[in-house]
Amino acid sequence: MRGLRRGSARGLAPARVLGATLVGLVVAMAVLGPLLVEGSPTRQDLSAVLQPPSAEALLGRDHLGRSVLVRLVHAARLSVSLGAAAVAAAALPGILLGLLAAWAGGWTDRVLSGFGDAVLALPGLLLVLLVVALAPGAFWPLFIGLSLAMWVEWFRVTRAASAALLASPAVEAARLLGFGPWHVLRRHVLPEMMPLFGTLAAFGCAGAVLAVGALGFIGIGLRPPTAEWGLMMVELLPYYDEAPLAMLAPALCLFALVLGLQLLAGRDPR
Amino acid sequence: MGGVARALLRRAVQAALVVILVSALCFTLVRILPGDQALRIAEGRYGYDRVTAAAADAVRAELGLDRPAIEQFAAWVGRLARGDLGASLVTGERVVAEVAYQLGHSLMLALAALAIALVIGPILGLFAGLRPGGVVDQAGMVGAAALRAMPVFALGIGLMLVFGVALGWLPVAGFHEAENIILPALALGLGLAAASARVARDATVAVTSAPFFRFALLRGLTRAQAVWQHVPRNAAVPVLAYLGVQLALLVEGVVVVESLFGWPGIGHALSHAIAARDVPMLQGTALSLGLIFVALNAATDLAMIALDPRRR
Repeated sequence: MRGLRRGSARGLAPARVLGATLVGLVVAMAVLGPLLVEGSPTRQDLSAVLQPPSAEALLGRDHLGRSVLVRLVHAARLSVSLGAAAVAAAALPGILLGLLAAWAGGWTDRVLSGFGDAVLALPGLLLVLLVVALAPGAFWPLFIGLSLAMWVEWFRVTRAASAALLASPAVEAARLLGFGPWHVLRRHVLPEMMPLFGTLAAFGCAGAVLAVGALGFIGIGLRPPTAEWGLMMVELLPYYDEAPLAMLAPALCLFALVLGLQLLAGRDPR
Repeated sequence: MGGVARALLRRAVQAALVVILVSALCFTLVRILPGDQALRIAEGRYGYDRVTAAAADAVRAELGLDRPAIEQFAAWVGRLARGDLGASLVTGERVVAEVAYQLGHSLMLALAALAIALVIGPILGLFAGLRPGGVVDQAGMVGAAALRAMPVFALGIGLMLVFGVALGWLPVAGFHEAENIILPALALGLGLAAASARVARDATVAVTSAPFFRFALLRGLTRAQAVWQHVPRNAAVPVLAYLGVQLALLVEGVVVVESLFGWPGIGHALSHAIAARDVPMLQGTALSLGLIFVALNAATDLAMIALDPRRR
């Protein structure tokens, strides 16, 4: 057991450190990459198709002669920002409605929970697919679909955790002392839930990044010539023999980001 | 039997929600898509070349497409309730017939993947948990963490390239021979197996450090006997419970894996329907995937009740 103990409150378990490093690397690639690596992710050079790595294109060129490295860093920016935005858009309503349900109880709670159950009746990706069907290839339905599928998890966790906290003696004492709801939330409820939110955010981001890759891969997410990891893999699949690195690189990036987020999150909260 | 009735009722409500959610989304989709809906449906019925404005008007009157949205939605749900899912806009085939053909393939793939998850994962987890911190434990858990972070499509490509192309042991596509299912089922099942291995490992550690396990050894049972008597049944409950949570991943994976391997199932048809904006097919396939999800959930509930008397 000792060697494998999962991250404690101090968060210094080796798995967490590895996770933070991986996530840090990919985020750095997303933020700094497009500044450091010159060039456009969609500029083709048909005279250099499937070229092996060279000084101008460190990871070689794809089937249309585009630099794999340039596309990789732009795809990193896309996945990281879409994942983070979807998590933020899911977290905000999820937390607020969860607090509301736990605070108000009664019919408010029943209606909100029923609504949450309705969304959970379908597997998340199926819901995203149905929303994406409204406008295939566009960015916004992907974002809306992901947030729509993900807010329920935030709602349920917030509702369950804050209901327990609201029933604690500390909260009761604060209420008896005449403190209002805002004080109770800020002082007793939200600080206790921060670690939980961190875990949810990391898992949610991993799920969103995987979903974007999967949809790109099966050709109903973002469309070419967008630089997206799943899309890059499926485009280069026919050339696995001539340019293995060009297909492997996006897979490795996606894997590193998801593994990093999962390690950072620790145990599955569900 | 209270537990069984309650579980089934809950899943019946979930099934109803799936139908409402999918039909409402598909109905919205039809209304916001550009172009004349009646013309598109008439095309689906009579073929692109034989459709006329009169045919479109007949469809419009018959289906009440000129009525208010709420009435139309009621009619839409009414047709659905009679099992009329319409015809595919691409092939012109009845959606029910197409989906019935695909359903078998998808179920076969999903069950094969579940079998992998329920055999490989728990056995590996058991051996890892019997010696916590040992070589099997460390290696197995690192492998499980890596597998869980691996996108299903990347795993599928890896399996294809290694076993299909480099080694040439297994076919990478096709669906007529029994061996065709191995690679897609592995791509779908290995991630789930990793999750169940982790849960089985923790459950094994919990059981072997429980007082009743020590008592079994004191009673004079050998360690193997004690493990056999106590671990599988006690570990099965958390493994199944966790698998129940992971069923969403299974259904999501079906869509991706079928598209990758060209497996003629519902997931494959769903992604085609989205690309072609074939709303009747989209509704039919999404409904069946949603209902498979509910059915698998119900089966998990019943298995849990059978295994764990406290849930009855």
